[in-house]
Amino acid sequence: MEIDLKNLTIKKAHEDMVSGKYSAVDLASAYLEEIKKKDGELHTYLEVYGDVLEQANKADEIIKSGKAGLLTGIPISIKDNILIKGRKVSAGSKILENYTATYDATVIEKLKKEGVIFIGRTNMDEFAMGGSTENSAYGPTKNPIDVLRVPGGSSGGAVASVASGEVLVALGSDTGGSIRQPASFCGMVGLKPTYGLVSRYGLMAMGSSFDQIGPIGKTVEDVEIIFNVIKGNDPKDGTSLKNSDLKLESTVKNKMKIGVPYDSLNVGGLDKDVLDSFNESIEKLKKLGHEIVKIELPNLKYSLAVYYVLIPAEVSSNMARFDGVKYGLRLSGENGIDDYFVTRAEGLGGEVKRRIIIGTYVLSSGYYDAYYNKANLVRELIRDDYKKAFEKVDVIVTPTTPSVAFKIGEKANDPLQMYLEDIFTVPVNLAGVPAISVPCGFKMIDGKKLPIGLQFIANHCDEETLFKISKDFLCEFTL
Amino acid sequence: MLEINDIEKLATLARIKLTDTEKTKFLKEIEPILDYVAQLKEVSSSISGTPKVGEHRNIARPDENAKESGTHTDALVAEMPESERNYLKVKKIL
Repeated sequence: MEIDLKNLTIKKAHEDMVSGKYSAVDLASAYLEEIKKKDGELHTYLEVYGDVLEQANKADEIIKSGKAGLLTGIPISIKDNILIKGRKVSAGSKILENYTATYDATVIEKLKKEGVIFIGRTNMDEFAMGGSTENSAYGPTKNPIDVLRVPGGSSGGAVASVASGEVLVALGSDTGGSIRQPASFCGMVGLKPTYGLVSRYGLMAMGSSFDQIGPIGKTVEDVEIIFNVIKGNDPKDGTSLKNSDLKLESTVKNKMKIGVPYDSLNVGGLDKDVLDSFNESIEKLKKLGHEIVKIELPNLKYSLAVYYVLIPAEVSSNMARFDGVKYGLRLSGENGIDDYFVTRAEGLGGEVKRRIIIGTYVLSSGYYDAYYNKANLVRELIRDDYKKAFEKVDVIVTPTTPSVAFKIGEKANDPLQMYLEDIFTVPVNLAGVPAISVPCGFKMIDGKKLPIGLQFIANHCDEETLFKISKDFLCEFTL
Repeated sequence: MLEINDIEKLATLARIKLTDTEKTKFLKEIEPILDYVAQLKEVSSSISGTPKVGEHRNIARPDENAKESGTHTDALVAEMPESERNYLKVKKIL
């Protein structure tokens, strides 16, 4: 049975399985076959689960009984920082190498109810700290379009698993661009939902006031379907929004006012081909009947400075739990307290240690006001910039990243340079608003068509506007 | 200007043992990052007040319907690096 995985969508797979064209076992087997062929080189998975066919068998029973939902039998990969009860989860770190999750994340509980098939856990930068997947303790993932290049990160494995045809859809997490930047580098669609709309319960915390779980797929429709399943209030997440906060589809306009922060595009390092592709996209949006409006986000220029104070601060607090006492790796030092020092020295990687140390510095008593408090105040200014902008426009558009996927090793020794890659994605997490990255063009290098991404940003809880404008832009029609 | 002993002090506070190579490396890498974030100082000093950490406030559940004692014990103990009769075992402290 030959299944056209390249053009497969959730709806198509669902229809095919319900009509008996192929079974969930056939579909899962087809993906396992792709993994066998490609993953030795790409390394998108840290683990392919041993019970995939067993899960698929169960899905087939549900389908046969006529009780299948849209996601029954749909194969999905899960980023290695989201907990599935009884399965290993390591956050790409040695400190959790043999850790087994003791409970289900809320998003997992919701997906289980729908009868999805969990194919495996995907590679990532250790504890989601990085933008290339090179910071994984288990070796880098390669970009399926050019294996000499990074897939982006930190959800690099998640995005590459979809882009390489090793799974249909994926779950990732996004703290400063970790879904959108790899989606842009691999030509996929990736959504960072509004902060608080998708439960963080069971997602390993990196920057708690930024982290959000989100879906990755080949089409906007697939991403939308997964988002609609995983969203919703959760009493187990202290920062969860109320379901009534969500904007309804019926309020979305057909022709929109699209804001472009032209001043903020004049940052150093914006690749000429990316800018050209961006300008072409603007023309396309105009032709589709939307109105382009120049907007100003005057404090956006401070975004990275704010982010790289607040993130290390939150990281240093969140990583304190990995001390070798209750779970995970424990190495023996000279005494009890020395156990902490040697366990963390051995179990944590360079980027994690670096952020913990910077975080400890900015939170220390002499510097707390100058760094941490100031950064939080400037974060408010950035939030206000967006608020004002959304009084004038329905959606904002920017490039997703300043350049296309870079070569493995190219920026590995320059953390600051790596941080600057996040210039367009980070402000979105500072404001907590939702954003989506969609493919908008290519740059040819060494005979490889390297994808360029376009980012749409909407107001709080207005994901519907993002889906609408993205489908319009990609000429994706729901049948 | 950071110095090696600053890095050592921070690493001690953060409970991480660093090798000499790591100390030198971090010193070299952290300096430009701190220089970069120092641009926050240019932002008008007129902004002040108590910053909110995130827009969302924490919620707590009512203290009722507690799980029966022992519900999660086996799963949690299984993840402990060392345990004895359902107790977490660590080195002698006093």
